[in-house]
Amino acid sequence: MCLALPCRIVELLPGEQARIEMAGVGKEVSLALVDDVAVGDYVLVHVGYALTRLDPEEAEKTLALFAELGEVALLETDAGCA
Amino acid sequence: MKFIDEFRDGGLASGLAAAIRLAAKRTRDYHFMEFCGGHTHAIARYGVSDLLPPNVRMIHGPGCPVCVLPVGRIDMAIRLVREAGVTLCSYGDPLRVPASGGLSLLKAKAGLGRNGGVRGDIRMIYSSADALRLAQREPERQVVFFAIGFETTTPPTAVVIKQAQALGLKNFSVLCCHVLTPSAIASILESPAVRQWGSVPLDGFIGPAHVSTIIGSRPYEFFAEEYRKPVVIAGFEPLDVMQAILMLITQVNDGRAVVENEFARAVTREGNRKAQQLVAEVFELRRSFAWRGLGELPYSALRIRGCFADFDAERRFAVDYQAVADHPACECGAVLRGVKRPQDCRIFGSACTPENPVGSCMVSSEGACAAHYSFGRFGEVAVAK
Amino acid sequence: MSAQRKGYVRPLDLRHGRVDMTHGSGGRAMAQLIDELFASRLGNNYLGQGNDAAVLPMPPGRLVMSTDAHVVSPLFFPGGDIGCLSVHGTINDVAVMGATPLYLAAGFILEEGFPLGDLARLVDSMAHAASAAEVPLVTGDTKVVQQGKGDGVYITTTGVGVVAEGADWSGNRARPGDRIIVSGGIGEHGMAIMAQRESIGFAANIVSDSAALHRLIAAMRASGAEIHALRDPTRGGVATTLNEIARQSGVGMMLQESALPIQPAVAAACEFLGLDPLYVANEGKLLAIVAPADAERLLVAMRAHPLGRHAAIVGSVHEDARHFVQMTTTLGGRRIVDWLTGDQLPRIC
Repeated sequence: MCLALPCRIVELLPGEQARIEMAGVGKEVSLALVDDVAVGDYVLVHVGYALTRLDPEEAEKTLALFAELGEVALLETDAGCA
Repeated sequence: MKFIDEFRDGGLASGLAAAIRLAAKRTRDYHFMEFCGGHTHAIARYGVSDLLPPNVRMIHGPGCPVCVLPVGRIDMAIRLVREAGVTLCSYGDPLRVPASGGLSLLKAKAGLGRNGGVRGDIRMIYSSADALRLAQREPERQVVFFAIGFETTTPPTAVVIKQAQALGLKNFSVLCCHVLTPSAIASILESPAVRQWGSVPLDGFIGPAHVSTIIGSRPYEFFAEEYRKPVVIAGFEPLDVMQAILMLITQVNDGRAVVENEFARAVTREGNRKAQQLVAEVFELRRSFAWRGLGELPYSALRIRGCFADFDAERRFAVDYQAVADHPACECGAVLRGVKRPQDCRIFGSACTPENPVGSCMVSSEGACAAHYSFGRFGEVAVAK
Repeated sequence: MSAQRKGYVRPLDLRHGRVDMTHGSGGRAMAQLIDELFASRLGNNYLGQGNDAAVLPMPPGRLVMSTDAHVVSPLFFPGGDIGCLSVHGTINDVAVMGATPLYLAAGFILEEGFPLGDLARLVDSMAHAASAAEVPLVTGDTKVVQQGKGDGVYITTTGVGVVAEGADWSGNRARPGDRIIVSGGIGEHGMAIMAQRESIGFAANIVSDSAALHRLIAAMRASGAEIHALRDPTRGGVATTLNEIARQSGVGMMLQESALPIQPAVAAACEFLGLDPLYVANEGKLLAIVAPADAERLLVAMRAHPLGRHAAIVGSVHEDARHFVQMTTTLGGRRIVDWLTGDQLPRIC
């Protein structure tokens, strides 16, 4: 339900703020809800606040899983139709 | 857009659709509820249902904080503006929700200035920080932040309340309408009213994405164990939803009922401890809270703690909550619990449309009825070539 | 009678001066405003005559006339301002009928207190837009309202043009089988405006696409393609315009989401605010409904023009008694692209 977007941190600012960027759109957001984020990290941003850091490795694993499950299923489907 | 586009890929979608088709046993139906309005929106917006086999059906849950916001609470906000002359700062979502007397926040705004001496205002903001900044910039303006939302949106409210206290602001307060996800899930699974409609034919839940980044996956374990229903937490992109459906089908087939996390890139079992602690510091549970369409639910909502009473609009201003009954023909209660579909409601699409919403499910674009009306009602019409 | 020096008229103070009620009263102050600020900038023979109306030659063909009120806020935004927006908008409304735009008229409602310097900038912008388009502003009017009763300035523009016999592009002529072409990236104007709104506050290099489209349209006509309908999707976006045409013509439409041209920054800005780019305003784009056999030919003609570089075929028309506009999503599913409900508001949910 809550619109939150993965954004890249481009600059850390004083007062627990950061400048983020997403596909050419820049914004200043609050880091008051997260710890230990660095420039280059991706965070989920909701109503002007970073909620959590995104884990790029987990993202890769998830996508790889989609691809694998899909391939297997499509092969099986083709085999079934053959 | 990184972490977004990859999770909308049509090629991967075909693969997952094939996997779902293979996994779903032809001999039975599967009914899954996506709790979250964002998931409802994603399913409708991308036409995910078209990629599912006919025996896998998605039921839209009540996870839209705007949809479940009772009319009485919006009436309170309007009264604050008109009677106490405050500047109400609100997110965009609730501005059009119909309140009592043919009003909404937007309509009330249009009528301001013809109100005798009292000069209130209503402003749309994107972040709680905007409301705080306004109060800081204009000390003579009485600012009230209309705080709605589930657990994702609550920590940003906690932050500004603490900041307001640190700054010693005298002109800032919050009208707190934050609600809790597990309570809503519980009410779906167990309530006296369910007996009226029969037990809910639900085989599992798709758990909210961003709420879970805050509360973690742990709170759902109770539901999985107690009610023997699998829960899969899913990200908001359509591929996430499809993968979660596949995982739910697999659990059902295996006779398992556990919590699984598809949104591993953002959700952990423990969640965001820092945010949780901030919320616990500023808020406490209300014994009971009225939800539109679901009635009074115990321990389902938050109020501001006594130590931050200075920033509680309900304490600062003499404004009470007055309950407003739902329209008699409105079937939102049944729709929210997944017992009826939008098109089963007598007034769906006729008296009740997105332009003139009667009940909560039509009010926000993520409500089950609004989503079906806006994106899906063509389903009943064949397209001639 | 004592000798008097030729009257010295203090020039308008463009740096610090503001519009006041005398500028609308019909007296000397108003005459000076019109002379120094409007006529001198918009400079053409018609305005120079100083009459309340322009007497214009009657060209052969049929007369096309259109009028528009402009209330955009903020008045100045990346890629334009209310001045050039009004010129472009009315030129386009005339041109999409297949007409050659000939003349413009403009009425200004000025709010007391509006800085003269800003007004001069706006009029310069209009002058520039009109001369670049070769469509002169031949007559105008100014009124002043009390402070608090305006938003700086409102502008109404009226345009006339001429269309030859037989060139009938109309919203009720879309037929099953027709192709739908959009002339370029969607949602740019609306998001450029949004990015300026203080409470939303994001920095994006999104520039309004405000432009006069009459030359692109002339190129499209010259291609010989059988165009059935042409419209510029302004408020309410592509979705609203297509729904209008679908209803007028009594047909349905099917779009391909993957074919919609959109700048990455516009897509990202929409994501941030929870807005659907199909409903976001454009000010320099065209939607063309064209007979299927001529779609490619029209596309080539459009892409050859700078304002149509990113033109794309985005869907087709079919029979549908319900007049739905539908879309095949990037995922392969289907959804309705419905009429807009109220105003699109940014959402958190």
